[in-house]
Amino acid sequence: MTNTGIAANRLDRAQLSECFADLHAPLDAHEAAVAADRCYFCYDAPCVTACPTGIDIPLFIRQISTGMADAAARTIFDSNILGGMCARVCPVENLCEGACVREESERDPVQIGRLQRHATDGLMAQKTHPYQRASNTGKNVAVVGGGAAGLAAAHRLALLGIDAHILESREKLGGLNEYGIAAYKVVNDFAQKEVEWLLQIGGITHQCGVMLGRDFTLASLLAEFDAVFLGIGLGDTRDLGIDGADTPNVTPATEFIADLRQASALDKVAIGRRVVVIGGGMTAIDAAVQSKLLGASEVTIAYRRGASDMPASQYEQELALSKGVQMRFHATPQKMETTADGIKVHFAVKGDDDFALEADQIFTAIGQVLDPPPPEIAVENGKIKIDAQYKTSMDGVWAGGDCTGLGDDLTVTAVAHGRDAAIQIHSTLTGGKHG
Amino acid sequence: MADLTSKFCGVSSPNPFWVASGPPADKEYNVRRAFDAGWGGVVWKTLGIDDGKPIVNVNGPRYGAIWGADRRVLGMNNIELLTDRLLETNLEEIVRIKRDFPDHPVFCSVIAPCEEPCWQGIIPLIAESGVDGFELNFGCPHGMPERGMGAAVGQVPDYIKMVTAWVKEATKLPVMVKLTPNVANIVHPAKAAKDGGADAVSLINTVASIPSVDLDAMAPEPMIDGKGTAGGFCGPAVKPIALNMVTQIARDKALKTLPISGIGGVTTWRDAAEFMALGAQNVQVCTAAMTYGFAIIDELTSGLSQWMDEKGYARLDDFIGKAVPNVTDWQYLNLNFTAKARIDQDLCIGCGRCYAACEDTSHQAISMSETRVFEVIDAECVACNLCVNVCPVEDCITMETLAPGTIDPRTGVAVPKEHGDWTTHPHNPMAK
Repeated sequence: MTNTGIAANRLDRAQLSECFADLHAPLDAHEAAVAADRCYFCYDAPCVTACPTGIDIPLFIRQISTGMADAAARTIFDSNILGGMCARVCPVENLCEGACVREESERDPVQIGRLQRHATDGLMAQKTHPYQRASNTGKNVAVVGGGAAGLAAAHRLALLGIDAHILESREKLGGLNEYGIAAYKVVNDFAQKEVEWLLQIGGITHQCGVMLGRDFTLASLLAEFDAVFLGIGLGDTRDLGIDGADTPNVTPATEFIADLRQASALDKVAIGRRVVVIGGGMTAIDAAVQSKLLGASEVTIAYRRGASDMPASQYEQELALSKGVQMRFHATPQKMETTADGIKVHFAVKGDDDFALEADQIFTAIGQVLDPPPPEIAVENGKIKIDAQYKTSMDGVWAGGDCTGLGDDLTVTAVAHGRDAAIQIHSTLTGGKHG
Repeated sequence: MADLTSKFCGVSSPNPFWVASGPPADKEYNVRRAFDAGWGGVVWKTLGIDDGKPIVNVNGPRYGAIWGADRRVLGMNNIELLTDRLLETNLEEIVRIKRDFPDHPVFCSVIAPCEEPCWQGIIPLIAESGVDGFELNFGCPHGMPERGMGAAVGQVPDYIKMVTAWVKEATKLPVMVKLTPNVANIVHPAKAAKDGGADAVSLINTVASIPSVDLDAMAPEPMIDGKGTAGGFCGPAVKPIALNMVTQIARDKALKTLPISGIGGVTTWRDAAEFMALGAQNVQVCTAAMTYGFAIIDELTSGLSQWMDEKGYARLDDFIGKAVPNVTDWQYLNLNFTAKARIDQDLCIGCGRCYAACEDTSHQAISMSETRVFEVIDAECVACNLCVNVCPVEDCITMETLAPGTIDPRTGVAVPKEHGDWTTHPHNPMAK
């Protein structure tokens, strides 16, 4: 350990388990009934329009309120097979709940996310899978990347009678759901349970620890499979590009979040006494809040623009503030220097005095980039170029999720891409003559 | 401050809110709590001749219900019969109540077989307890009709007249007859009551009903050992039925001097004001008390009092019956009156329920833009009011009257200045 300011075990196990408990406890049947009664069953409902997967929200809420929560879950899964995860991690305040007309009327939307979780948890707890595959088409597709886009694509392909083989570079399937989201949003190993549940449909095989460009190429896949779907996400973090940032205790926030999620016990995760997170997205918030929850005494998010420009929602910002995270806005990092006491990072502030923060540990969360861009296909603005049918520039290769130009760092968007690309692949491979 | 003092059949009460004959007025303990809370009067739950063997009630569920959003009770159903305690016990309790609450009227609901000696025996007996009057239970729709009582009497005007006359002979105290709504025309039983000498009528008793079916047991609720029976429905859902029946009596030439005690879903001060505007001299409340407890009386009295002050009504008589002249027959409605729906865009929350309702089930008179702006198409709008009713925001959609002379975009014709109803309409073959 290069800095004594970084240590595990700042809080005892009981404290940690309380800190990392479920952010929102699930609604019980009575709470769900009360919450469901508030839905107005809007015409052409704005919440549905706001949902990237277009879940028929008024229908599933009406199903809950009429005592048919399992039917509600099926309505959700029909559009979004990762509806359980999305109920936990979607920034609903920017999506369905933000669009709810009761937000307009009372500043208090219907609790769509929590109702969705109520329904999906109930059905998933029954350990059975609600879908049956269509008759086998005899086709097979390689799905590169076992994250939200890849899983959604594989499930839809399997559903439509096409065998899918997932190739994943990490040890486990799940992508950011497994490696990139704050632990208190997905307690009880939900990401893996969801993957297991999803795979029950059958027709999906997978291989972990294999990487595009290293272990196989698009050409080798196309020799073996009828088509390829790329859902490889954004594997690399953007560099700060400032002097002194290459010290050991300056690391990508994504690595910290992944390590925390994979840790065997929370009291084994080391954290600085003073932590600075540079960035303004969900990753920055997740890293900052979890630093605080692990027992860091001072945690500061430094963002180069204003609060309203933050990609993280207002709800997420308020969550961070409520946990004691401090926010510094319009602060652009200039350089870092190692001191006897840790790292000093200097910020320039637009229109105000510059300042410096001292920290034991610095997390960078200024965005992810494609790594590596597959050489065979066209890339635009650093992301895989796709058309409206999710087709890449290479015949037989489709793509979706964060690695594409249509990605927006949301699980729910990746699910929509995977699902719709699968439908396109099915239509192309079967010429519309199946199903 | 408005004077809420109420006079009914010559009996004065501090306010017009009486607890209706039913479980809340079943015994001294309840009635004491009601009067302590501030209720004006009570109608003691129905007493009958028991010969030391009081009525037996079921030992399973007596009530069923229907609910609105957030499990708010919209209507209740019951299969309870009369008091299941000894007549003698009830009378002792009434004596104590009258001793402690001399200014609060207690009427007693009574039921008996259609035999003159029965009534002439029980009425004086009850009168001795110090009650202020009687209410004859000719309305109970469950259980008692099977024994020739309750609604079995109330559905036959001749019986009503006959029994009422017996009771009037047996007592000098005021007698009101409680009417069942389970008849084709409420005016006939009301007239029979009047002809029998009744001092007043009270209505409505409960509506014969099955509130729900248990789909596992395949039996109606409330269910007793796998079977159910029709009960009496009450609560907010029956208010419109009750208001209409009260009005039918209030409008009838032969009945308009007959005092009415209004019953049926009174839950708020506003409900009470509506009953009284349509001619009821006071109101009786049961389901609301059973749902929320007696404490609602504070809202009832304060709300009515504040509204009367705002309207300049010093006493109840200033507004009782005031809406009756404005109830008319359809044929006299002004067909020249023309309105259009108006949507207040500032209040609109964009739910689109008005659009769905109008587009799917009415006149296709609301447009929807890509940005969810909903606007009325005057050329299609018939002012049906459906959009107003389904809009979740009060006063967001209203009806605007077109001034005479304005061209109605739907018909292309100017709105006439003069009244024009069906009696003179050119399409009416019977027009004068």
